Amino acid sequence: MIKFISVFKAFPKGGLALKDVSFHIAKGEFAFLTGHSGAGKSTVLRLIYAEEPVTSGEVRVSGYNVAEITPREVPMLRRRLGIVFQDFRLLEDRTAEENVAFALEVTGARRATIPARVSRVLTQVGLAVKAQAYPRELSGGEQQRVAIARALVNEPTVLLADEPTGNLDERATRGVFQLLRDINASGTAVVMATHDLDLVRQAPYRVIELQEGALVYDSEVDEARDQAAGP
Amino acid sequence: MRLVLREALLTFRRAPLLSTLSVTTIAFSLFVVGLFGLVAVNLQQALREVAERVEIVAYLLPGTPIETVTLGVQDIAAFPEVQSATFVTEAQALARARGELVEFRDVLRELERNPLPASIEIKLKPTLRDADHVNEVADRLKGFGFVDDVRFGRDWVEKLDRLRQIAAAVGLVVGTAFAIVAIIIIGTTIRMAVLQRSREIAIMRLVGATDWFIRMPFLLQGAIKGMLGGLVAVGLSFAAYALINRWLIQAAFFSREQALAIVGFGTLIGLIGSATSVGRHLRRV
Repeated sequence: MIKFISVFKAFPKGGLALKDVSFHIAKGEFAFLTGHSGAGKSTVLRLIYAEEPVTSGEVRVSGYNVAEITPREVPMLRRRLGIVFQDFRLLEDRTAEENVAFALEVTGARRATIPARVSRVLTQVGLAVKAQAYPRELSGGEQQRVAIARALVNEPTVLLADEPTGNLDERATRGVFQLLRDINASGTAVVMATHDLDLVRQAPYRVIELQEGALVYDSEVDEARDQAAGP
Repeated sequence: MRLVLREALLTFRRAPLLSTLSVTTIAFSLFVVGLFGLVAVNLQQALREVAERVEIVAYLLPGTPIETVTLGVQDIAAFPEVQSATFVTEAQALARARGELVEFRDVLRELERNPLPASIEIKLKPTLRDADHVNEVADRLKGFGFVDDVRFGRDWVEKLDRLRQIAAAVGLVVGTAFAIVAIIIIGTTIRMAVLQRSREIAIMRLVGATDWFIRMPFLLQGAIKGMLGGLVAVGLSFAAYALINRWLIQAAFFSREQALAIVGFGTLIGLIGSATSVGRHLRRV
């Protein structure tokens, strides 16, 4: 599904954002990307959705070799991904419903199918009653749900979330996290970058930790090795 | 496609101020170009009227048989430069002189013998009324045996030529300068419109909209703004023309084609301006 093989990423002004990072996230998996700010979490995500070019190494995402992707293929790759950010990135002059529909309209979905698909995902994220509300009329948690609905409406195979709870209070955080777990339970892989260790400890998911651009811990690999070594 | 059109039109509703500003800017830039164009059109018109009077007259030797003259007129009329060649007999020349030179009417009446020679009056085709062609035709006329003398306003034709060249050069330089200024101003305005929507563009890219899809509404919107600006500019130019015509001098306005060209130019600038600013924006982010 997502495969990094010795990936290096140089900063434009010199220095390395990622150093020799390799991991593999399987279909339907839930993985945390952890580490301090600047450790390279967002860079990993940006490489996955081809926002930045790979300096060296191989990045494979849902059948695409992102290191060699052409500009024409980038939109097609992104239609298979759902992306959610800390700052929601909603359009202020559109209602919740219109924000979600926007993702379908601009990717050329059949018009007749749009209202039904939008109302289905809004129901899924628990915001059906606020479909007509503008972002400013919604709480942070609700805005993030709209953003998640927008990410889901194209039925992605992977949901990428970059600090999705970073701007939320504890209650909203729990709600959004639960929503992401539900989405994962229904078969969508989720990669969530976060530095909220409480959240990470709450769930038995895979943890990939980055430090200054290097992968320092991968629960799957390290736990397997620990078990193999025996007590 | 319907969505693209809707998005393009929605911008006018979402950002009425900026849209109005763009249209106004385009309109006034094109208005300046238009005013200059009006001056050029009128200058050209005036020059054409002057050129209309460029005429070559070949005076004939007295006693030339009419058959020879008729053949000669046919030959001359067949010159590629010549629009018309008219034979004026001695009697016609005298009658005309009597009509035109009222002060000498008595003198002319009392003449025993007609002193005026017969002539052939030659008009060149409108595009060929310049010094070179006039000289060439005059030389060729002198070659006819029955032609006594060839007259044309040599100085005058040459001055007209100079004037035409100056007008063309000034027109080209000033017109180009105005057009460039208009393009820069319009480009900047459209760039503002793109920046204003950069958030939207970022989200469109994120959810997988193709570059073409992102570009189209801007192109359409740029073209619409350019067209509106062009229409307003033509309207303003017409108002200016009407005022000048009424209070100052008799002037000419653009032909329908020229007016359409201004609107077309506005549309084109709007299109190119938005294509470049969206293109630059998409490459940068």
